[in-house]
Amino acid sequence: MTQVALFHTCLVNEIDPEVGMAVVRVLERAGASVDVPEDQTCCGQPAYNAGFHDDAREIARHTLRVLSRTEGTIVIPSGSCADMIIHQYAVLFQDDAEMTRAAHDVAVRCREFSQFLGEAAPEFRAGRLASRVAYHPSCHLLRGLGVRREPIALIERVEGAEPVHVQEHDECCGFGGLFSVKNAPISNGMLERKIAALEASGADRVVACDLGCLLHVGGGLHRRGSKVRAQHLAQFLDEAADGVR
Amino acid sequence: MAFAERAIDALADARLRGALDRVTGALGSRRESAFASLDHAEIVRDAARAARLTAIEDLAGHLERFEARLMANGARVHWAETPDAANRIVADIAERAGVRRAVKSKSMVSEETHLNAALERAGVVAVETDLGEYIVQLANDRPSHIIAPIIHLTRQDVGRVMERQLAVPYTDDTRELAAIARQRLRQEFLRADMGITGANFGVVETGTICLVTNEGNGRMVTTMPRVHVVFMGIEKLIPTLADLDRCLKVLARSATGQKLTVYTTLVNGPRKPGERDGPEELHVVLLDNGRSRMRGGETAEILGCIRCGACLNVCPVYRTIGGHAYGDIYPGPVGAVVTPGLRGLEPFRELPGASSLCGACRDVCPVRLDIPRMLLALRDRVEREAPTSRALGRAMKMFAWVASRPVLYRRGAALVRWSLRRLSSNGWITRAPGPAAPWTKYRDLKAPGPRTFQEQWKAWRSQSSQSSQSSQRSQRSQR
Repeated sequence: MTQVALFHTCLVNEIDPEVGMAVVRVLERAGASVDVPEDQTCCGQPAYNAGFHDDAREIARHTLRVLSRTEGTIVIPSGSCADMIIHQYAVLFQDDAEMTRAAHDVAVRCREFSQFLGEAAPEFRAGRLASRVAYHPSCHLLRGLGVRREPIALIERVEGAEPVHVQEHDECCGFGGLFSVKNAPISNGMLERKIAALEASGADRVVACDLGCLLHVGGGLHRRGSKVRAQHLAQFLDEAADGVR
Repeated sequence: MAFAERAIDALADARLRGALDRVTGALGSRRESAFASLDHAEIVRDAARAARLTAIEDLAGHLERFEARLMANGARVHWAETPDAANRIVADIAERAGVRRAVKSKSMVSEETHLNAALERAGVVAVETDLGEYIVQLANDRPSHIIAPIIHLTRQDVGRVMERQLAVPYTDDTRELAAIARQRLRQEFLRADMGITGANFGVVETGTICLVTNEGNGRMVTTMPRVHVVFMGIEKLIPTLADLDRCLKVLARSATGQKLTVYTTLVNGPRKPGERDGPEELHVVLLDNGRSRMRGGETAEILGCIRCGACLNVCPVYRTIGGHAYGDIYPGPVGAVVTPGLRGLEPFRELPGASSLCGACRDVCPVRLDIPRMLLALRDRVEREAPTSRALGRAMKMFAWVASRPVLYRRGAALVRWSLRRLSSNGWITRAPGPAAPWTKYRDLKAPGPRTFQEQWKAWRSQSSQSSQSSQRSQRSQR
């Protein structure tokens, strides 16, 4: 059994633990044995993106300490947190050779959730779920990590799942972390474009690999009384597995 | 008016949002298909990037050689540190040559220095001849897109402007509108004494000024008046003519989705003895205006920008609020980096934050400028030098301190979750106070569950280790 360490992310731990449980169940079904390092907190991205790089470094040091004590692949169910640890830590520590090495040592062991499933469990049985699925490629997953195909391939492997076309599907939903609060009217303008595209797509659910974007899109859909549900890819796969139990 | 207020105004303008959506969408998809026709597109992009960054790396050396070649070609070279100095140089040239009327092709740098107003004060009438810029000038407006300056106007708007300013009957037929402009501009070309252009590229090895236009006005401006003034930033250099080939290949594709613009004009000095057309005098004004300062900082890379505007068309923020909200000449992602660099960080400190960091700009940039990286670096500098919010700074410091102490973090998070749950009903928060209020103004906030993930996971793990894995499996298969 492959041993993996789960960096669950702060949003999953504090706001939507069901995403984390779905991740664990899917990973175990795919043959992995999941460990959850207890002392993990946040990757530091909120501070980093808001321009507080000293504060981000402090959190990054802690996260690197925690993750360097783990073994095997570190699975991260968030494209943006994964991009933070894989790419941005090295930027934060570019003037510190020792920390850069620590950042690289951890970075090479990190995989975003869909990336990991695609690589480690190509025979993964995805289950059955009649659904019309709009896949939303979150920005840092798509453009930061370059993960384009994996999530769609996983969705396509679910029997009965029908991926639908969303107009301008790779445009940002407007979340952007604190951007959604500091520039709330603009963020909402972007969200409205996204929601209009999702509504027009005929999907019954929007699936993504980032809880931040999902809270944003999901919260916008809920406010507008939409029938479209927002769901993490792990939850979708977990639900599909339930369908064949 | 602050950035946030300008953005809210733009958001309230449904017509503007419709226009932005259509035009940027069309330009974006034309760009994609144009690049599909370019062999080895990625290598050409690399080469264009290398050409630009090489020139900027040793800018002093390239400028020195460029100046020498320009002079050998018969051009006069003028250096300007500030916008005022640059404007004065042009006004002086006009005065010495007895110029009363000037025609201009598109120049972003002249927008930077407000050259038209300065010339007017010096008694010189300067007329824009790029169709979009001409309408901007007639409407006494400002461009809102680098390539499509009147993206914010409809053809009805244009019809009304022409009716009012040119005393012509109202029409919103675009062909008729273009014909009116063509007729007026033809007269301007014929009677102007001075032509003012920008420069898309300055080729160092040959001292060539390269201009790209689609309307032919660039060619008229560079050949008809007796004085030609090139107005350019010091950073617009590329080392060789071979570099020009690569840069042109990516510029037109990125800007308008063309393989090449309709006109590509190469200026190699004033009219020489025996030549039948061209200006008697050629002046090149090289403006610094903060560019040297930027070279030493975290945003030096942005000096490689070739002003194609592709980043505007894919930027979801630009597509939502348009160009005027950015408050200066250069809008969109490139503007959010360039404007604080040219004009100072403090008055434009909101611009680096005006991005969700989605990275679409970096993906389309023909010379691969890492705009998100520069925005992040600028945000860090903003918070050190001109904080957007001291309360946020204190909160972040506290957050970092707590997030590096897991036990404390768990307690703090429990408190936050508890308060959020108290605000919720049916699992959602529809109105939150304080820092979360802007969120719930527009969207609902999912309320935290009763337990954290770690708590749930621990319970699940101890449960699954009690019942053996195999019995679990058999239970499942029976269900």
